[in-house]
Amino acid sequence: MNSRAASYWVSGLALLGLVALAFAVGRYPVSPSELLAVLSGQPVTANVETVVLQVRGPRVLSALLVGAALAAAGTAYQGMFRNPLVSPDILGVSTGAALGAVLAIFLSLGILWTQLFAFLGGLAAVGLVYGVGSRLRGHDPLLALVLTGVVIGTLLGSAIALLKYLADPYNQLPAITFWLLGSLAAVSPGDLAAAAPFALVGLVPLLLLRWRMNLLALPDDEARALGVDTRKLRTLVIACATLMTASAVAISGIIGWVGLLIPHAARLLVGPDFGRLLPLAMLMGAGFMLAVDTLCRTLATIEIPPGVLTALIGTPFFLWLFALSRRSW
Amino acid sequence: MLEVRGLAFGFPGRTIGRDVSFALAAGEVLCVLGPNGGGKTTLFRTVLGLLESHGGAIALQGEALQELSRPEIARRVGYVPQGHTGYFAFTVREFVLMGRTAHLGAFASPGKRDIEVASRALDSLGIAPLADKPVTEISGGERQLALVARALAQEPRLLVLDEPTASLDFGNQVRVLERIASLARSGIAILFASHEPDHAFLCAHRALLLGEGRALELGAPRDVIRADTLERMYGVSVQVLPLPGGLHTCLPSIRRST
Repeated sequence: MNSRAASYWVSGLALLGLVALAFAVGRYPVSPSELLAVLSGQPVTANVETVVLQVRGPRVLSALLVGAALAAAGTAYQGMFRNPLVSPDILGVSTGAALGAVLAIFLSLGILWTQLFAFLGGLAAVGLVYGVGSRLRGHDPLLALVLTGVVIGTLLGSAIALLKYLADPYNQLPAITFWLLGSLAAVSPGDLAAAAPFALVGLVPLLLLRWRMNLLALPDDEARALGVDTRKLRTLVIACATLMTASAVAISGIIGWVGLLIPHAARLLVGPDFGRLLPLAMLMGAGFMLAVDTLCRTLATIEIPPGVLTALIGTPFFLWLFALSRRSW
Repeated sequence: MLEVRGLAFGFPGRTIGRDVSFALAAGEVLCVLGPNGGGKTTLFRTVLGLLESHGGAIALQGEALQELSRPEIARRVGYVPQGHTGYFAFTVREFVLMGRTAHLGAFASPGKRDIEVASRALDSLGIAPLADKPVTEISGGERQLALVARALAQEPRLLVLDEPTASLDFGNQVRVLERIASLARSGIAILFASHEPDHAFLCAHRALLLGEGRALELGAPRDVIRADTLERMYGVSVQVLPLPGGLHTCLPSIRRST
């Protein structure tokens, strides 16, 4: 019990430290005392205020939001698919979002439309996978969903490839590549304000159902015999996780590994109980994403795409976790 | 308690058994015997409402099964499936608490009373010392008992156990049978499947012989478990021997090639 409580405290304090650090490093460093001054409404120089409220602040909050949302969605999916190697985009939300964004860039629609298309593309892709997958009767429902996700993901991937092939190689193609790599560099306060409510709408049901979610980790027959309508619950979880992932992807582009790695790491610390796991995974996901984004903008003179960095950190870390966890997840 | 009339059962599009009728009263134990693939598990899943019936009627405490919601069924019937592996590492206590689901609201977590019920279930099966161990790290026999404890935490009137003794060693098999007998004495109706005709002799009031897609025999074990019925179901020759004290045992005869 003590080591569990310690996990929350350590993650929470580390998160606060990371936030202070994120403001303190980079092109316009803001010291913790200046940060506190802005937050408490005391007078500061106009420069500092602009950096905190218009530039760094939205970026830090977006990193926290994206990291927490991806980790929460990954936690829900890993429990539901009874597999610790599942990431939140297994049902095609990222590929759908990518197709939406690529289409918007191809049509030269501008940044707001790109985000909206990404969000809707993610929802539509999962809707399609769910619609087709749940009609494949006579199979294990989870397996049917996963396989449909893979197949439809491939189809959407080839549509993306076609659009990239057709896109203007001087203007559109770089923008497409940039979007597909993911970035938090250009997030505005407005983007954040638009995405946050959707992520929250996805999160609230998962928080409320946190105990019942555990039952989804049982074989279907057992969960139903214990009184759970698994089909309804699963549909709700997919809807929530998709909403969270799509809103994250819409503002950040595709950033892999967070939703796979963080829930797994959190489970090693506090065990599989969803009620304990979800808050810790969100804390850790937010912290991880912020650390990655801070590194991305400070390591080199140009910004490194966060998706590249999460993979570079994620792969060895994951293999290490995998070796660490013995037979049980 | 449970009443099954003219039941046809199977998977969607394929009926594998029909004309099965039996009734089970509180405190009564019914053992279902039958060959592999004979439909024992399918029958149980149909009785639990996990598969749709292909005809006939099932009633629980006088109410038609299809009229009952999943939580309503779960408050009446506890299910002990054949043991599995592959759970996340929930502790035995967390695992048993899942039996309380049907007694809780959708957004609720188990409260003090639920924890008491779970502890009682653990105590009654003698596995309280395992409460804080992960279910992934206990033996197969212990996990079987944890599954029974979870079903008991449902506070059911009927317990359905699918081959509860499969893959258990001799001692654990006997312990599970003793537990079945004592649960029945406490007033729970019990339906269980087994591959051992002796288990029906040991703790069942009645036996149902399921083969060839129907109920071959239904009655007191000593009346229906005979050399001819066992030969017909399993295709091997068997002697049913009376023992002192009114018990019986089955001994197969092995054909030796010369």
